[in-house]
Amino acid sequence: MPDKLDKIIESKKLLLPILTEIQDRDGYISEDNVRQLSKKTKIPLSEIYGVATFYSFLTTKPEGRNIIHICNSPSCYVNGSLNIIEFIEKELGIKSGQTTEDKLFTLHIGSCIGCCDKAPAMLLNGEVHDKLTEKKIKGIIKKCRS
Amino acid sequence: MQITLNGNKVECEKGKTILEIAQDNDIRIPTLCWQEDFHPEARCRICLVEVNGKLMPSCSTKIQKDMQIETETEKVKKTRRMNLELMMADHLKSCFIDTSNHELCRIVAEEGIKNIRFEPKKQHGKDTSGRAVVRDPNKCISCGRCVQACRDTQNITAIDFAYRGHKSKVTPYFEKDLHKTYCIKCGQCILSCPVEAIVEQDHTEQVIKHLADPKKHVVVQTAPAIRASLGEEFGNKPGTLVKGRMVAAAKALGFDRVFDTNLGADLTIIEEANELIDRVKNNSPLPMFTSCCPGWIKYVEHFRHDLIPHLSTCKSPHEMLGVLVKTYYAEKQGINPEDIIVVSIMPCTAKKFESAREELGNDVDYVLTTREFAKLIKLKNIDFNQLDEQDFDDPLGISTGAAALFGATGGVMEAALRTAYETATGKSLAKLEFDQVRGTEAIKNGSIHINNIEVKFGVAHGMMNACELLESYKDYHFIEIMACPGGCIGGGGQPIPTTWEIKKKRIEAIYNEDAGLSLRKSHENPVLKKIYEEFLGDIGGTKAHKLLHTGYVEREL
Repeated sequence: MPDKLDKIIESKKLLLPILTEIQDRDGYISEDNVRQLSKKTKIPLSEIYGVATFYSFLTTKPEGRNIIHICNSPSCYVNGSLNIIEFIEKELGIKSGQTTEDKLFTLHIGSCIGCCDKAPAMLLNGEVHDKLTEKKIKGIIKKCRS
Repeated sequence: MQITLNGNKVECEKGKTILEIAQDNDIRIPTLCWQEDFHPEARCRICLVEVNGKLMPSCSTKIQKDMQIETETEKVKKTRRMNLELMMADHLKSCFIDTSNHELCRIVAEEGIKNIRFEPKKQHGKDTSGRAVVRDPNKCISCGRCVQACRDTQNITAIDFAYRGHKSKVTPYFEKDLHKTYCIKCGQCILSCPVEAIVEQDHTEQVIKHLADPKKHVVVQTAPAIRASLGEEFGNKPGTLVKGRMVAAAKALGFDRVFDTNLGADLTIIEEANELIDRVKNNSPLPMFTSCCPGWIKYVEHFRHDLIPHLSTCKSPHEMLGVLVKTYYAEKQGINPEDIIVVSIMPCTAKKFESAREELGNDVDYVLTTREFAKLIKLKNIDFNQLDEQDFDDPLGISTGAAALFGATGGVMEAALRTAYETATGKSLAKLEFDQVRGTEAIKNGSIHINNIEVKFGVAHGMMNACELLESYKDYHFIEIMACPGGCIGGGGQPIPTTWEIKKKRIEAIYNEDAGLSLRKSHENPVLKKIYEEFLGDIGGTKAHKLLHTGYVEREL
């Protein structure tokens, strides 16, 4: 999709917005896209890869249909995010950065998502789920699976 | 401006950093990630000092009026040691124990650290499959010096930091092996690495094996730039010419013949000057770019396919000599070329890659860097400094001053101009030195009238400077580009350290070698005259073309 990439570059201009757009469009940033982007923008491949791996909301591998970002920053941490993480990992059978075999879930453990007042919190496909409990999580996962 | 440095009042210039002031006043502050001529990134925190009671990195902190700076307080020492210990945990712990010579390990020893309390956390795969440059990320301490060298002097960025926080690491894109990327193999990262996490692919073992094999006729050739640098590996001052001892060392190692790449350089010049004159006459693509530097060639093959027709088709000097050894010399001596092993001692890691190029066949079997050659000499317990000087072997050991210049930036241009002018006009040059192309300026240029045509020439060294020159390359007829700053004397295979101060001394030595020789023009090389008569035929002729010229390929990013 080279001409579509041209459009994205033209409208977003800066590397991070371009990468975000590709992430939203494809669900991840492929090697081929990075290569094309490097050719068109003259930004070195390794530099783009550095940016794409630095941010936890950008990924360089294809992801599952449902993407979970659990916050592990101080507010969530003191409100028991570790227990929540452990529970989700057990429920899904994957660790942070991994995707379930049925490609239904990808799990990320990351930094603050701005919901400190309702900790512990997570994002499911960009939507906030807060004041998490094991029961709540069970419900969310069940809904995704059905 | 006045500041207080370790209790003494010091007058200093505005705009300088604390580190610079300390260096001016002979106060030692250890540094690690800081590199001469680079923007300080203050990553490693080894150069910490106390400023008005607060810890600050001295490399990036500019002085301010009335600063109270202490460089050796308990707080400074304790923090510095902790940082070093943490870094050593990332580096292989064993490295320190076997009294390694890495810069980091030296600093650790200087700071009196005897025990590392932390265990390494990460385990990475090694990247050792490349022909030229290999990496062991387990030794890496993320100081970022290789990234700076690759990005800021070379404008390549084949490696960069990826990921974040404690997961951060230096890697090529998508964690590829380096040889599968657009890395140009210049080896500047090797020169800057303080822990040998990036090194050249070691070929010493293979060479030792062939030396021990009586059925093999092992020939070695030495590049123009290494006679001005090899001595440093044995404690000689930078800029010491060690040609005679270098030859003696090669003979002591058991090489059957020691030939001079400089003869190949003379041959390159004769063919290249002829090609330039041809291109001007026949309206072929101009400017013509020199093709001796394999790093530069790889750059063009990856990034500038439009310039491929502009590259001189001449093989590089050691490849030309390699061909002569396996054809002319083999024929003369009655040796089966398949029994000959050609080893090139080069200041260069990209030459390792070049020697494996398909188009070039097996003319050169192995390339060793200056460092690897020194390692061989040390392994054999040869006392380099006590060796009696010896001469190169016949018939491929005679060269001119023009060839000697190849080691310095602008040298190939100067050598080519001497020959191009004299062969095209039939007149002698009044002055052989082309001052316009000498020195370490980023980009050099000038012009010369040859048969009423004003030939404009440009020279750049270091890929960042080269890229700048490329923006106006159409203004020239002839351009020399060397991928490494300073030319081959600053090559990625040279002794470590290779600083600008040292590089300038090596360049001086090279110009002295040229000035001291009676033959200073490639086309006057008597051996080559004979080889053309007996073997090659016409300059630029069919046989010369078949043996001495090559082609290039388009490579993907």
